[in-house]
Amino acid sequence: MTRFTWFNLMPWPYLPDDFRQTYRSVWVDIPNRLYDPVRGHALYHQYMDQLEYADALGFDGIGVNEHHQNGYGLMPSPNIIAATLARRTSRAAICVIGNSIALYNPPIRVAEEFAMLDVISGGRLVAGFPVGTPMDTNFCYGQIPALTRDKYAEAHDLIRRAWAADEPFAFDGKYTQLRWVNCWPKPIQKPHPPIYIPGGGSIETYDFCLDHDYNYSYLSFYGYLAARGLMDAYWERVAARGKDASPHRAAFAQIIAVADTDADAERLYSEHILYFFNRCLHVAPAFLDPPGYRTVNTIKATSLRRLQRQHQREFPEATWSELVDGGMVIAGSPDTVRQRMEELIKTLRVGHVFCLLHTGNQTDEKTRHNSRLFAKEVMPRLRHLWPDWDDDDRWWIHPLDDRISAELPHEMVGQR
Amino acid sequence: MNAHTLETQRGIRLRVLEGGASDAPPLISLHGLAGLLDDTTFLDLVAERHHVFAPELPGYGESRGEELLEDMLDFALHGWDVVEALGLGDRRPSLVGHSIGGMIAAEMACLAPSRLDGLVLLDPFGLWLNETPIPDVFALLPYEFGEYLFHDAQRAAVLLGGATDLADPEGLRQFVIDNARRLGTAGKILFPIPNRRLSKRLYRLSTQTLVVWAEHDRLIPPAYASRWQALLPQAQGVSVADAGHMLPYEQPRALADAVLAFLAAEHFVTST
Repeated sequence: MTRFTWFNLMPWPYLPDDFRQTYRSVWVDIPNRLYDPVRGHALYHQYMDQLEYADALGFDGIGVNEHHQNGYGLMPSPNIIAATLARRTSRAAICVIGNSIALYNPPIRVAEEFAMLDVISGGRLVAGFPVGTPMDTNFCYGQIPALTRDKYAEAHDLIRRAWAADEPFAFDGKYTQLRWVNCWPKPIQKPHPPIYIPGGGSIETYDFCLDHDYNYSYLSFYGYLAARGLMDAYWERVAARGKDASPHRAAFAQIIAVADTDADAERLYSEHILYFFNRCLHVAPAFLDPPGYRTVNTIKATSLRRLQRQHQREFPEATWSELVDGGMVIAGSPDTVRQRMEELIKTLRVGHVFCLLHTGNQTDEKTRHNSRLFAKEVMPRLRHLWPDWDDDDRWWIHPLDDRISAELPHEMVGQR
Repeated sequence: MNAHTLETQRGIRLRVLEGGASDAPPLISLHGLAGLLDDTTFLDLVAERHHVFAPELPGYGESRGEELLEDMLDFALHGWDVVEALGLGDRRPSLVGHSIGGMIAAEMACLAPSRLDGLVLLDPFGLWLNETPIPDVFALLPYEFGEYLFHDAQRAAVLLGGATDLADPEGLRQFVIDNARRLGTAGKILFPIPNRRLSKRLYRLSTQTLVVWAEHDRLIPPAYASRWQALLPQAQGVSVADAGHMLPYEQPRALADAVLAFLAAEHFVTST
């Protein structure tokens, strides 16, 4: 069955109109005077309420991710959000996509916290292990660019071994040395929770996923049409490695806006989605590629236009029709959205979609409307696009049948 | 300068420029952040009085094996590996290090101060002053390097660019690829803060030392010269006018005069 995870980046919705003209970057050096913790209090609760609402609507998963010093991603610690969801929901998978494991010192911390989340949630954790963007990993968290992948690989080995071991062991790594590795608690799901690797097209990441049979998740903001080449290359690699072509090996993120009619979709969501594209994605090119982070092969395949002097301070205004026509946004009536989602799922060959149903500075009311329409009118009609693989749950959670979620203390019921 | 290839015991294959009379006192020059540029005027001038070797760091130009160097000790020992591979016998070389090469040279000297005849540091990395932060060279766009490295923008265009035109997509791509190797390697000892606690080892530096600073270094401002002087009270200090961080390329003659004068005096003192 095709699966859908409700995903929210948790953007700061109060960036000023002249943000791009006035500030260098939405990420790394965005001054935190733009953040107001009093407004932030209400915002976190609104965003967490939406994730819980998505569980109630029947989404298969609810998703959180990790960014640092970022005006469109207010979850430096996704595990804190996931912990509240683990207790306040009981059905949906909790997809933490993920923890940048090269940043945790020692990375056993991730093994422990993910184990806690899996146990608290009754075995509902999907564990993401991103290498991490250069903005987060190198500029915000100070990891040496040329050693980031090596440190990531070592952290991955440590976490997998820590989850698998029944006895303490010694770990003599290059970046982490621990005389007594002994993961208490350990996860419910065996041999480990489903592992998802967010990637952006490097062949090393395809192979890493295939070596370990992990899900490859392309979390692009640029939509399914632009993703075709990258996903085709992934599936070619899957075939070349002799692996089966289960669509559940791959996931994709898509911005979605559903309304009663196509015209309503534009009227309701356009300003919020344009806020995201025209303000939130303003990342200084200097932070995108610290020397040593990317391999030479990847540089050869990348456009470098943004590094040229003549293209600085160009702030093209995305328009609604460009975004919709280009597939960056799938928007419209339930029928329109269903048809384009089907195209996405089939052309990219994915068994799992991360649905970005809250975008930019979208209001709570509109977000719930969008999510409700998608869950009721669209999602049910996309469930069986891969009939041959409907029962393939290798990349999905295996929770306890008998599991607990929080109840309010008796005295407090009715007081809220 | 003649170029040849050298292989160290660790297995790093590097390019070395060599010049000067083989019976002249040996001098090893460690290049800066931008690598060995085509203009060898400074090395040629020094080679009038010394047997000069200019090894290229792996990760730069044709030199390979950068994956074998991971931390400061690796870089410093690699420096000594190169000295051994040059086969100088019992002759003690002088060491001139510029920029990142100065940081490596100072670390080498702290490890084995008595194996050097003299030490010259040209606008070296290695120290950090919170009140005078060094710009983040890992967050520069290609066209911005010139203005941080050079005092004279015209000189930057000629020397840094060389055959590379950053407005041309393929020239830009080659620059980015080369820069990924160069600064990817340099980042192992410079990222995110170019301070690997050299200051706590400088008490060992008994080699006679000259610290040279460019008057207009925008990358490592002259405030750092004062800090080096404070940490190395026995060292001599010289300022070079009309130069930025790339002083060996901007003022090769003035610099060569200062370096040769220091080393000549130094040689005289140690041989009496």
